[in-house]
Amino acid sequence: MFGYYLDMALHSLRRNRMLTALMVLAIALGIGASMTTLTVLHVLSGDPLPGTSQTLFYPQLEPRDMDGYQPTDEPPDQLTWIDGMNLLHARRADRQALMTGGTVPVQPVQSSVDPFYSDARYTTADFFPMFKAPMLYGRAWSASDDDSKARVAVISSKLNDKLFSGKDSTGQMLQLGDDAVRIVGVLDRWRPNPHFYDINISGSYGPTEDVFLPLSTARDLKLTNNGMMNCWGGHNDHLEIAPCTWLQFWVQLDSPAKVAAYREYLTHYSQEQKALGRFQRPVNIRLLDLMGWLDYQKVVPSDVRLQTWLAFGFLLVCLVNTVGLMLAKFMRRAGELGVRRALGASKRALFAQLLVESGVIGLSGGICGLLLAFVGLWLVRQRPSSYAGLAQLDMSMLLTTFLLAIGASLIAGLLPAWRACQITPALQLKSN
Amino acid sequence: MTLHPILAALRKHKAGVVLISLQIALTLAIVCNAIFIIQKRIDMVHRPTGLNEDNLFLVTQQWVGAPDGDDPAGLEKLDSMQQADLATLRNLPDVASVSPIRSLPLLRSGSVGGIGMKPLQQKSTVDANFFFGDEHMLSTLGLKLVAGRDFTAADVQHKGFRDESGPVLTIITKPIADKLFPRGDAVGKVIYFDSGSTPTTIVGVVARLQSPIDSGDSGLAWNSVMFPIRQDANFARYVLRAKPGRLVQAMNAVTPALYAANPMRVLDDRSVRSFADIRARAYRADVGMAILMSVICLILLAVTAAGIVGLTSFWVGQRRRQIGVRRALGARKVDILHYFQLENLLIAGIGAVIGILLAVGLNLWLITRFEMDRMPVIYVAVGVLAVLALGQAAVFVPARRASNVPPVVATHAA
Repeated sequence: MFGYYLDMALHSLRRNRMLTALMVLAIALGIGASMTTLTVLHVLSGDPLPGTSQTLFYPQLEPRDMDGYQPTDEPPDQLTWIDGMNLLHARRADRQALMTGGTVPVQPVQSSVDPFYSDARYTTADFFPMFKAPMLYGRAWSASDDDSKARVAVISSKLNDKLFSGKDSTGQMLQLGDDAVRIVGVLDRWRPNPHFYDINISGSYGPTEDVFLPLSTARDLKLTNNGMMNCWGGHNDHLEIAPCTWLQFWVQLDSPAKVAAYREYLTHYSQEQKALGRFQRPVNIRLLDLMGWLDYQKVVPSDVRLQTWLAFGFLLVCLVNTVGLMLAKFMRRAGELGVRRALGASKRALFAQLLVESGVIGLSGGICGLLLAFVGLWLVRQRPSSYAGLAQLDMSMLLTTFLLAIGASLIAGLLPAWRACQITPALQLKSN
Repeated sequence: MTLHPILAALRKHKAGVVLISLQIALTLAIVCNAIFIIQKRIDMVHRPTGLNEDNLFLVTQQWVGAPDGDDPAGLEKLDSMQQADLATLRNLPDVASVSPIRSLPLLRSGSVGGIGMKPLQQKSTVDANFFFGDEHMLSTLGLKLVAGRDFTAADVQHKGFRDESGPVLTIITKPIADKLFPRGDAVGKVIYFDSGSTPTTIVGVVARLQSPIDSGDSGLAWNSVMFPIRQDANFARYVLRAKPGRLVQAMNAVTPALYAANPMRVLDDRSVRSFADIRARAYRADVGMAILMSVICLILLAVTAAGIVGLTSFWVGQRRRQIGVRRALGARKVDILHYFQLENLLIAGIGAVIGILLAVGLNLWLITRFEMDRMPVIYVAVGVLAVLALGQAAVFVPARRASNVPPVVATHAA
């Protein structure tokens, strides 16, 4: 029966090409626009480290003085050097890493390559195992390298390609301005999205840094820092003792009991610092997990959310448009439907037939919409935003597109089909 | 013509009427909110920074083997290196003027601090963006002095990059002057920076200077202060004004000249940037959003117009015989044309009324969810006129076809 309905549907659609094209186009535009924006939203609000993110936490402390204090203040987004070092050395978590961003001048040994700047991350040894950063060659540095301010570095595979044509460069020296560091490891391709461990750098969705150095080494070499820095009290001090927050600190806590214990520890630590007079405000700590932190920081650009809503509004208009046109089309065939009813077709059969017809429109609209979504995503990728390169359609979004297209057009077909089935066969036959 | 026959006919097509007016309503709601958003973005992009942006460019470079500036000797060495660079740049034939600079408007990186009216004032009266440069800063940037005087060579000090000891002199922007000294007598007055105790004397007021950081349209966007201080660090930034029409030549000359003067430095392909490039980068997301929204609006209007054409064509086809009867009874072509035009006006009018409510509702929702502003009535008014005009334009072709139905159709067997 389905085959017969399909045949009838195609026949009917062919009879009114302009109208059919209009309906398919409307659905395709709506689906194309909403899938493009939904894919971008899906990519941007995704989990940067699936499977690991729920064990990663971002501790926040309140180290500021009472200047401008409001009881509703959230603690700062970053830590001071003193607190960062205290938490790092306390080793109360399964793993922990302290870090900041920077820029280093790289001077290639080959004279054919001009010197250039690279984004760098100054961090501590646990960074790599904690964030599951894959190593192509060599290994990460150790905690003892952190302590001894060792002149070592891990570089990205991109930089390795540029400087060493992709060959194993471990043991080679990397010249950063005046100083040379020994490469101990080369990262494999690794780009967590968003750039969760420091979202102030390169617009939250930027690429991973090319040079990783021990934080202690970077401070010792007086390399330039990048990122947000908040100071209070107005002093001229070295960053190691200045009342400034500029470091990100991440911990790995493998069980809920450990999370509770760590929260307890942060409270105790704050009370202790308050007793010492370093902290002045009431104890105020946070321990958000990775996804909670991204949510709190509103990482997904509000423009992207707005675009998604806009596209769904657009889809709604396209659907209303299709319902109207389909209604017109079905009602116009009242005579034909009346004949079928008079010849014994049940209302259900008629309804099924009309639904098949709207399903065909939906399917065609969906396929065209998918093509439009590919074009749309291609256009997004041409845009210069930092997340542009990420806009790719994956399997789950592909499936969503089809379900959305078919579902939308069936819903759009329901009302017209139901209305068309309500005709009285006798009346239609008489007027003809 | 009376409305009665139109209303009677529409009652027979309730579902179609509801759908088309719903579509018009949704289109109106989305389009006028989208146009409001587009307009806000365009306004934001076109805000003047206060700079004379033509022929302006920025050079960022880092020395290799430079002292770290933590001791006085190192600081002097860094300063002499910076002075040497400034001399080199000033001698370039296509360069009109040069100043060291910490940051520029729209650069998305800068420093912010508080201003107090009393020494050691804990809660700052107003926050401001800090700009550091020498006696050529105002003239190079092309800022407009509205009171007081410019910095002179004798005013200029040099300090370490992180030395936050209070500056001696400052030039402030008018919004700060108006806030701190509403009587318009800011010049000569003393203020205090960052809860410090060093008095800083205001020597001048400039009309406008936008923040380096993206602070929307908040007060901070226009609260800027300038200090006659050359900052010494192992990197340096210079802002240059090329001679009129010589921007490209001046930009191309910078890197070779600096390398020739002192090769121990790193400049890469992002080190020399025109202000036009900085502006384009700062606003590219907003421009992209405005373009995207415009495209969606246009397609939306086209889809709605096509829907009206489709539905009206269907109605015309359905009523061919009735039209023939009316024509046979003496109705002129223009009467038939007017009939369908009036019918559309009625439907679009219903849609517009619902659309106004939806548009206001959508705007209120955007205010709570996306911190949007209240939409002025003019956008809704223009939107209503636009959808009514769109409806009339879309209905014209099928209505013309209806008016061409010959009276003889009335005699055909239905």
